[in-house]
Amino acid sequence: MKTKLQHFLRSAGFASCLASIASILVGLLVGLILLFAFNAPFAMHGFRQILTAGLASLDKLAKVLYQSAPLIMTGLSVGFAFKTGLFNIGASGQYTVGAFCALVTVIQFQLPWYLGLLAAMVGGAIWGAIPGLFKARFNVNEVITSIMFNWIGLFAVNLSLNNMPMMLANYWGAINKDRTAALAQANPGGMIPKAGLDELMHSNYMNISIFIAVAIAILCWVILSKTTFGYELKACGYNRNASIYAGINARRNIVLSMVIAGALSGIGGGIYYLSGTAQYTLVKTLLPMGFNGIPTALLASSHPLGTIFSALFISYIQVGGDAMQPEFVKEIIDIIIAAIIYLAAFALLMRSLIGKLFRPKGGGMADKQEQATQAKSIEQEAQNA
Amino acid sequence: MKIIADILSATIVFAVPLLLVALGGMFSERSGVINIALEGIMVVGALFSCLVLRAMDVSGFGPAHPQTAMLLAILVAALTGAVFSLLLAFASVHLKADQTIGGTALNMLAPALAITVTWAIQGQGQTTILIPTWVRITQANFGMEVQDTFLQNLVFKSFYLTTPLAILLLVVAAILLYKTRFGLRLRSCGEHPQAADSVGINVYRMRYAGVFISGFLGGIGGLAYTVAAGSGFQSAVAGYGFLALAVMIFGNWKPLNILGASLFFALFKIIGSYSASIPFLPNFQNVKSSEYIYLMLPYIVTMTVLVLTSRKSRAPKAEGIPYDKGQR
Repeated sequence: MKTKLQHFLRSAGFASCLASIASILVGLLVGLILLFAFNAPFAMHGFRQILTAGLASLDKLAKVLYQSAPLIMTGLSVGFAFKTGLFNIGASGQYTVGAFCALVTVIQFQLPWYLGLLAAMVGGAIWGAIPGLFKARFNVNEVITSIMFNWIGLFAVNLSLNNMPMMLANYWGAINKDRTAALAQANPGGMIPKAGLDELMHSNYMNISIFIAVAIAILCWVILSKTTFGYELKACGYNRNASIYAGINARRNIVLSMVIAGALSGIGGGIYYLSGTAQYTLVKTLLPMGFNGIPTALLASSHPLGTIFSALFISYIQVGGDAMQPEFVKEIIDIIIAAIIYLAAFALLMRSLIGKLFRPKGGGMADKQEQATQAKSIEQEAQNA
Repeated sequence: MKIIADILSATIVFAVPLLLVALGGMFSERSGVINIALEGIMVVGALFSCLVLRAMDVSGFGPAHPQTAMLLAILVAALTGAVFSLLLAFASVHLKADQTIGGTALNMLAPALAITVTWAIQGQGQTTILIPTWVRITQANFGMEVQDTFLQNLVFKSFYLTTPLAILLLVVAAILLYKTRFGLRLRSCGEHPQAADSVGINVYRMRYAGVFISGFLGGIGGLAYTVAAGSGFQSAVAGYGFLALAVMIFGNWKPLNILGASLFFALFKIIGSYSASIPFLPNFQNVKSSEYIYLMLPYIVTMTVLVLTSRKSRAPKAEGIPYDKGQR
């Protein structure tokens, strides 16, 4: 039993988990200092709001879950690409295109919600495939392509929506035409089912989307850590040349990884805009949900299951940030998240520090021997299998 | 003719921030550090310089000596941008952290900080820092009469101190990078840091210098963007930092190519926003809100050019890899 515990304490997963928690604590401390700096008399009140508002009532909790579902998806998207060594900064564009495809399916074609989500997935996948193809075929940096296609996607979606009168709210009896129709009027069957959760939690925001997101996160984890395909993807991320030498088709994997990342972001857009409580507004700025996927993935060290918790955490303190207005600006939450991510950038350093903490003292050599025997036993296991 | 003068002058004023920030990115990447934080650096530079401009407007120093005040604001932008960029340098050089992650954190931090500071200084809900009108260089500065000629429209329509400064900095940057010992050492750290270290070059110091210069230029770029945009500083630079990154890659990490790339991109961007008043462009009468087609134009054109020139594209070899002395 003791050895098992020791083994767990020394594992990489535990260390990176502890590193994340440590950066969260320091980040919150930074937030507290800022609160004192800007409005000292209300600082403790504001800090209490950040920490507790998300659990203060059931409808606040519903809001946390409602916002975290799309955040999980964009976080998974960025994380999945990270695992293959790609930086998917295009989650925002994929999210927008996904939302567009979902809304067209349910409003223009009056189809049910699950087909809307499917369309969102396909739309996002296509938008993710383009940077992947450009990278694999022409060796154009995926960061640049993704940034360009964020804007192209946004403008293309706005252009299309403006030319589809049925999609806009004023077609369905509302006055404004700068946003898409409310699903309650246009197609109630296009809304993601609430399954009684809205009555249970007394909140209109609540539906089954959080369960869809969690299920997809688990699926991602299975693909990445239990299949040959996932192993190949990760191998490309660790060392592209070595994986090519080992006979892995790196080009194909780059494209596939971006397709999957795009599909995940696309579903995120579908989930959010098919909730029935959100309407897509035609503006000329990129949607922030896609960019928030980056800190979500980083905080979770790109681990799919960790992404669930980091998305819940980020969405939790954002609800807290809304609650501390008007004494404070809610952007203080962004500063806290930025501080956390900045600290997470030292994850490697932190991990090795934490690793040293749990290692037996004065056993440098013994430790190496133990590692060697472990490696041997793993090799033997592999041979037996 | 007037429309051509307008378009050219708008192109130049929008090319200036792209040029400055892309040059900054070039110094950072040539030293081996990917600087994705350019967007955040621009925001920080713009924030503090606009606050300084406001303060000087209120104190009366600005209207009395407009260009001295502007020069001071530019210095503030450069220094605050450079100091902010040291956060990235510290994480990526000293702590060997992932450079993209550190940069992303700074990109998140900067606009949030800007909003918080703006509110704290200007009061709740006041999210815009207005830019005083005296920063623009007019005919009066040269003792000239206002005439409606092509040349005057071209030069004085939107003429700020940042424009001549950008040209000066471009020349300095090109000389610094190619004709000095410092430039040679900087480039070697981005190509093969181990080799550079073996001949006694301090790789860490060179990388700090590269990031510091990028912050210096990026901060000025932030101010240049804000005066070009015209509506005051609203805690954001509309993705120009990322566009500058694209311009830098498009310009193949070389100063003169970057100048060409930024003018090219800015021209298409301006054509997009002037599309309604340019007579020979198709105006897509049966399409609603056709302005979006032109808004997409600069991105699509840049993508196409990137694909066509991708074979010649050559990034610094060691960029993005933290330098570890002990590594073989």
